[in-house]
Amino acid sequence: MSDVMEKTLSALPSLLSLDPGAKLSAASKLGALIRGVTELASKQDEEKLIKKELAALKEQVSAPTTSLKQMRECLVRLIYCEMLGYEASFGYIHAIKLAQQGSLMEKRVGYLAVSLFLSESHELLLLLVNTVLKDLQSTNLLEVCMALTIASQLFPPDMIPAVLPLVEEKLQHSKEIIRRKAVLALYKFYLIAPNQVQHIHDKFRKALCDRDPGVMAASLHIYLLLIKENPGGYKDLTRSFVTILKQVVGGKLAVDFNYHSVPAPWLQIQLLRILRLLGKDDQITSELMYDVLDESLRRAEINHNITYAILFECIQTVYTIHPKADLLEMAAKCNGKFILSPKINLKYLGLKALSYVIQQDLNLVLQHQMTIIECLDHSDPIIKRETLELLYRITNAQNVAVIVQKMLDYLRQSKDEYITISLVGKVAELAEKYAPNNEWFIQTMNAVFSVGGDMIPSDIPNNFLRLLAEGFDDEVEDEQLRLYAVNSYLALLEKSNIQYPQRFLQVMSWVLGEYSYLKTEAKVEDVIRSLHCLLVKSSVSLETKAWILNAITKLFRLTLNVEVLPEVMQTCGNSMDSCLRQCSFELKQLVENREIMNTVLPLDKSCDDIVVDASLSFLDGFVADALGGGAAPYKPHHQRQEEKLSQEKVLNFEPYGLSFATSPQTSSVTGRQSPTGLSFSSEISCNSTEAGLKDSDSLKLDGVKKVWGKEGYLRKKKESKEETVASPNSEGDVTADCTFTAEKTAGLSAEEREKQLLASSLFVGLGSNNLVNLMGKTQSTTQKFRRKSKIVEGQNSHERTMSAQKAIVPPLAEIPSLMDNVLERCNPFQESKENLLRKTTSDPPDVSSEEPAKESGESWTPSNNLQTSRAVPSSKESVSGLFADGNFDIVQPANCSSALVAREPISGLTPSLPVELAEHSHSKFELVCANENIALFSCKVWKADCLLIILFFTNRSSIEVTNATINIALTDGLEACESTDFPFPLVESLTTVRCQLCLQMTKPCARVLLTGCVMYHLESSQCTQEEFALALFLTDFIRPLKLSTEEFGHLWLSLSNDVKQNLSFTSNSPEALNLALRTLQQELKLHIVDIIGAEGIAACQLLSSTSCLLHCRFHAGVLSVWLRSGCGVLPDCLLYECQRVIRKVPL
Amino acid sequence: MIKFFLLVNKQGQIRLSRYYEPMKIHKRTLLEADIIKNCLPRTKDQCSFVEYKDVKLVYRQYAALFVVIGIDDTENELAAYELIHNFVEVLDKYFSRVIMFNLDKVHIILDEMILNGRVVETNKSRILAPLLALDKMTES
Repeated sequence: MSDVMEKTLSALPSLLSLDPGAKLSAASKLGALIRGVTELASKQDEEKLIKKELAALKEQVSAPTTSLKQMRECLVRLIYCEMLGYEASFGYIHAIKLAQQGSLMEKRVGYLAVSLFLSESHELLLLLVNTVLKDLQSTNLLEVCMALTIASQLFPPDMIPAVLPLVEEKLQHSKEIIRRKAVLALYKFYLIAPNQVQHIHDKFRKALCDRDPGVMAASLHIYLLLIKENPGGYKDLTRSFVTILKQVVGGKLAVDFNYHSVPAPWLQIQLLRILRLLGKDDQITSELMYDVLDESLRRAEINHNITYAILFECIQTVYTIHPKADLLEMAAKCNGKFILSPKINLKYLGLKALSYVIQQDLNLVLQHQMTIIECLDHSDPIIKRETLELLYRITNAQNVAVIVQKMLDYLRQSKDEYITISLVGKVAELAEKYAPNNEWFIQTMNAVFSVGGDMIPSDIPNNFLRLLAEGFDDEVEDEQLRLYAVNSYLALLEKSNIQYPQRFLQVMSWVLGEYSYLKTEAKVEDVIRSLHCLLVKSSVSLETKAWILNAITKLFRLTLNVEVLPEVMQTCGNSMDSCLRQCSFELKQLVENREIMNTVLPLDKSCDDIVVDASLSFLDGFVADALGGGAAPYKPHHQRQEEKLSQEKVLNFEPYGLSFATSPQTSSVTGRQSPTGLSFSSEISCNSTEAGLKDSDSLKLDGVKKVWGKEGYLRKKKESKEETVASPNSEGDVTADCTFTAEKTAGLSAEEREKQLLASSLFVGLGSNNLVNLMGKTQSTTQKFRRKSKIVEGQNSHERTMSAQKAIVPPLAEIPSLMDNVLERCNPFQESKENLLRKTTSDPPDVSSEEPAKESGESWTPSNNLQTSRAVPSSKESVSGLFADGNFDIVQPANCSSALVAREPISGLTPSLPVELAEHSHSKFELVCANENIALFSCKVWKADCLLIILFFTNRSSIEVTNATINIALTDGLEACESTDFPFPLVESLTTVRCQLCLQMTKPCARVLLTGCVMYHLESSQCTQEEFALALFLTDFIRPLKLSTEEFGHLWLSLSNDVKQNLSFTSNSPEALNLALRTLQQELKLHIVDIIGAEGIAACQLLSSTSCLLHCRFHAGVLSVWLRSGCGVLPDCLLYECQRVIRKVPL
Repeated sequence: MIKFFLLVNKQGQIRLSRYYEPMKIHKRTLLEADIIKNCLPRTKDQCSFVEYKDVKLVYRQYAALFVVIGIDDTENELAAYELIHNFVEVLDKYFSRVIMFNLDKVHIILDEMILNGRVVETNKSRILAPLLALDKMTES
C-alpha cells in the first residue's frame, strides 16, 4: 500500500473515538462510556462501570417517557456493553420494538441490534416476523431494504413460507439494490431451509442473467453452494460463467466496481471457484474455460496484492480442472512469482499454492527447493508451518527421516495445542507408513508421545498398540519390534528424573506387561520394580496407575518370585481409589492361584477374542436357590420404571401376591442378573483398563490390517532384490541431485552448502524421471512391502475428498502398483489370500462376509494386471509423468490407445429383468454410462421392503471383458444391505451381466446422487474406468403404510415432529380432496387410511421403518396439509413432495 | 467463509465485533483475548496471517487500530487482507464529513459488505448508498 494512503488512513482511529470538538449530542453518551472504559486500569473496574451503566440503561429503556431517538442511543450503548462481554438481555425486546415502531435510522438501528443480539433459534425472533412482513410491503424503499437485510441475516426457518412470496416478488423490482438484497435473502433461506426454496431455482437463473452486475454477483453465492453439492447439475451454465468472467476481466464493468484499478476482484475470485468445481474431472467442460483462464493469468500484471489473490485462485483452478499443458506452465510460472517474492504474505500464499499444486506436479517442488529450505528456517512460525505442510505431502520412504525430524523440531518449540495435535498426528501417520526400520519407528513414536504430551489424541497410542499387538505376517519380525520397544521403554524408565506424559506411561506399561517375556536376559522382578517405582509417584494419574498395576499383574504371571508383591500390595491395597484397591486384591488372589492366573492372563493373547458369558449362566444355580427361598425375580430397570409409572396412573386390580407365584425355573431365565449385578459391575470397573485394551476397538478391530513394519525385515530378506530394483532409481537420483547441486555450490559458504545438503535429502526421490503422483504416494518404494491398513486407507480417502482436486490421476494408477506388491511378496499367506480373493470374485454373496479380502483386492486378476503395467510403453511423457509412480510402469487410460477399434453398438443387447423382479413395479431401463466397448444400464425396482437398483453391465465389444468391477459409493443417508462392490471376473463378448444393490434411506433427503465407477479390462490390456451417477429420489423410498383409522389415531399422538402448510387450490369442488388424495396415493405411494367429509388421512413409511402420517383438510379452496413423523426432516421433505404433486392435480 | 470481523485498538480493547457464526457471549470474550494476544505483538515484517485453532486470522494495522478477520480454509487470505483495506477505504470515504463516534453506522456499513460470512458487495458507492440515503432522509 502506498504511503499516501497509509497517511490518510492513519487518521482513521480518530473516526472511531469521540472528537473532542463535537457537540454533546446523543452519541456522545456512548463516547463518554467508551472513554470511561478506555481510561480504566483493571478488569474489575471495567466490570463495575459497565454493571452501573447497564443498570442505568435498564431503567431508561423501560421508562415510558423514553423517546425512540433516545431508545436508539440506548441500544447502541447496549450493543457496546454486550460487545465487551456483558449480557444485556433485558434490551432485546426493546430492539425488536424499535425495529417495529421507529422510522428510518431508528428502525435500522433496531434491526441492527436484533441481528447482533439474537441467535437464529431465539424465541423473540418470532416477534420480528410481522415487522419484516410489514416492511417488505412498505412503499419506502429503505424500509424494504432493511427488511431484506435482516431476512438475509437471521430469520426463523419455519416462518419462511410467510415471507417467501413477498421476497420472490422483489426479484422483479425495478431497483437493483432491492433485487440484489432479495437474492441474498433467498440465499439465506437456502442455507437454513433448502427445501423451502427448491421451487424457485428458475428464478436464481434469472438473477444470474440480471442486467445489473450486482444482482448477478449475489446469485453466484447460491450457485457456488448448489454446484458444490451437485456439480453435474449445472454444467450447462459453464458458458454463462465463462462469459461473465470474460467480461469482468476485459474491464466491461463500470469503473466503480474496480478496486485499485482491478475490475471486481472478489467477483473474479468467486467465478474462478465456481469454474473450478465445474471443470473438475470433466474435460469437455474444462475446455470451455481454457481461454478465459489464459486471459486471467495474462491480465494480472499489476503488482498489487489483489491481483495476487486472483492469481492464487487461477492457479488452483488450472490445477484442478482437466489439465492443459501451456496453462499449467503459466500457472507454475505465476506460482514462482509468489514464492520468490520478498513480501512475506505472498511467500506464504505461494507455499500454500505449492502444496496444492504438487499434488499434480512434483517438479515444481524441485524448482523451488532452495526457497523451501529457507522457509523451513523462517523466523515466522506460520511460514514454517506451511512449509511443513508442504513437506508432509511430498514425504516418501527416502526422505521420511529428515522430514519427520523437522516436524519434531517444530513441535518441540510450539506451544499451541491445536497445532501440536494436528502435527503429532501427521508424524505418527508418516512414521507408520514409511518407517525405514524398527529402531527408527519406536524412537520416533517415543518422541511423538513425549512431545505430544497429554494433548495427544487417544487414537495415536491406540493405533500404535494395535500395531504392536496384532503384528504382521512374520512372527520373528513382530517379536523383534516388540522386544525393541520393551528395551527402549526399560531404558527410558531407568532415567529417574524425567516425567513422562500419562499416555506415554500407559503405552509403556501396556507394552511391558504384554511383552516383557520376550526379553529373556532381564529379570521380570526388575521390570516389576521399575514399574512399581511409578506407582508411588504423585505425578502419575490414577488412570495411569491402573494401567501400571495391570501390567504388574501380567508380569507376575511370568515369575514365581513374589518378593515385590507385599510392596505392591502396600502401595495399592490401601489406595483411596477403589479401582486400584480392587485390582491389587485380584492380583493377590491370582498370585496365590496359578491355575486361574494362567487362564485369566494368557501369554501374548491380547488380540484373541475373549468369550464372555454375558448371560452369567454359571450363576443359574444360585439364582434358582434364591428364588426358591422366596426372593423376587429380577426385573430390568426400564421394566421397573414402567411398572412404577403405570401403577401410579391406574388402579391395580390384580390380586396381591400373584407375582411371587412364578416358578423358579422360568424366572431363572429372565432374572439371572439380579443377585450378582453388583459384583459383576464392580469387576468390570476394576478391570476397566484391561478390558478396555482387550475388548475395545482400539486393539481388536476385526479385519483391520496393519500398516507398519514390513520393510524392516523384508529389506533384509530381499536385500539383493531391493538393490537391483529400487536403489538404482533412488541412488541415481541422489547422485544426480548432488552433482547438480555440487556444480552450483562451488563458491558457496558452508551454511549454504548445508542447505544444499538438506535439500538433497529432502527432495530425494522426487526427480523428474521419477515422478511420484500423490495418489500413488502411499505406494512408493518401500510401501510395496506393506499391507495397507484400514486406517490409512481411511485417511487417504479423506485426503482425497478434502482436496479432491488431485483426482486427475485415476485411481487405477495405483492398482497395478498394489498388485505388484502383492505378487512380489508371494508368501504363502498372500497366496492363500489371492485364492480367497478369486473365490470371492466369482461368488459375490461371499464378498460381504470376507471383508479383508475385499479390502485388499477389488477383483482384478493379478497376472493380467502385471502384464499390463509392464507391457505398455510410456510413449506420452507429459501424461505419463502425471500418472506414473516412481517405480512402476505407466498405465495409460484406454482412450489413449489406438489398438482397440470401436464397435458399433449391438442392438440385441438390451437388458431385461428376471421374472421374479419383473413382477414388482419398476422403472424403465436407463443408460447410465457407455463407451464403445461397454454400456451400463440401470433399473429401479420398488420392492416392498427396499429399493433395488439393478445394474446391467453389457459388453458390446467383440472380445471378452475381464475383471470388471462396479463400485458404488454410498452417500450419507443411504444404506446398503450388502457390499457395494460388484466384481465380474469375466464377461463374454456381446453379453450382459447383472447385479443388484438393495438400498434403504436412513436420512430423508429429497434427492440423492448415487455415484459409482465401472472398471474393466479389455483383452488383458488396459484398465478402463467409467464413472456414472444415478439420481435417487425420496419417493423411491416411500412405501404405503397400511393402517386402520384407530391405529392411525394412536400413532398420530405418539409422533412429535410435524409441519403444516396450506396449499391453495384452484378448484373449489367437493371432489378436490378426493382427487388430491388419489394423486398423492399414485405419485407418492401413500396409503389412504380414511376420508371423512372434508378431511382425509393417509400414511406412508420411509424405508426401512420411519413412518409418516398425513392429515389433510379441504376448505374454501385451501388444502391444509399436516404431516407428522418420528423423524425430524421427513415431514419437511414430504411436504415438499406434496406441494410438487398437488400442483399436478388435474382440475 | 468469514467467521468474524473485529476492530481492536492498540491497547487490546475491542472497538467492534461481528460474528457470522453463533457464539456465546463469554466464548467471544475468551476468543477475542486470544486473538489480541496472537496478533498485536507481531512485527511489521511478519506475515499478516496467523493460525488460530481451525481459523486463519488475517489482520491489518492502521496506526493504532487493528482490523482482524477470521476465515476458514476455503477463503483466500490475500483477498481477505484486501477486503479489510476496502472496508477501511469505505469508512474513510464516509466519515470524512462528520467525525464522531458511530458504532451503529460502522456496523451498517459492514452489513452491506459482508453477510453470512460472504463478501456480498465491494463497490464503494453501492456499499454506502443505503446509509447515505438514510442520512439524507433523517436530515430532512
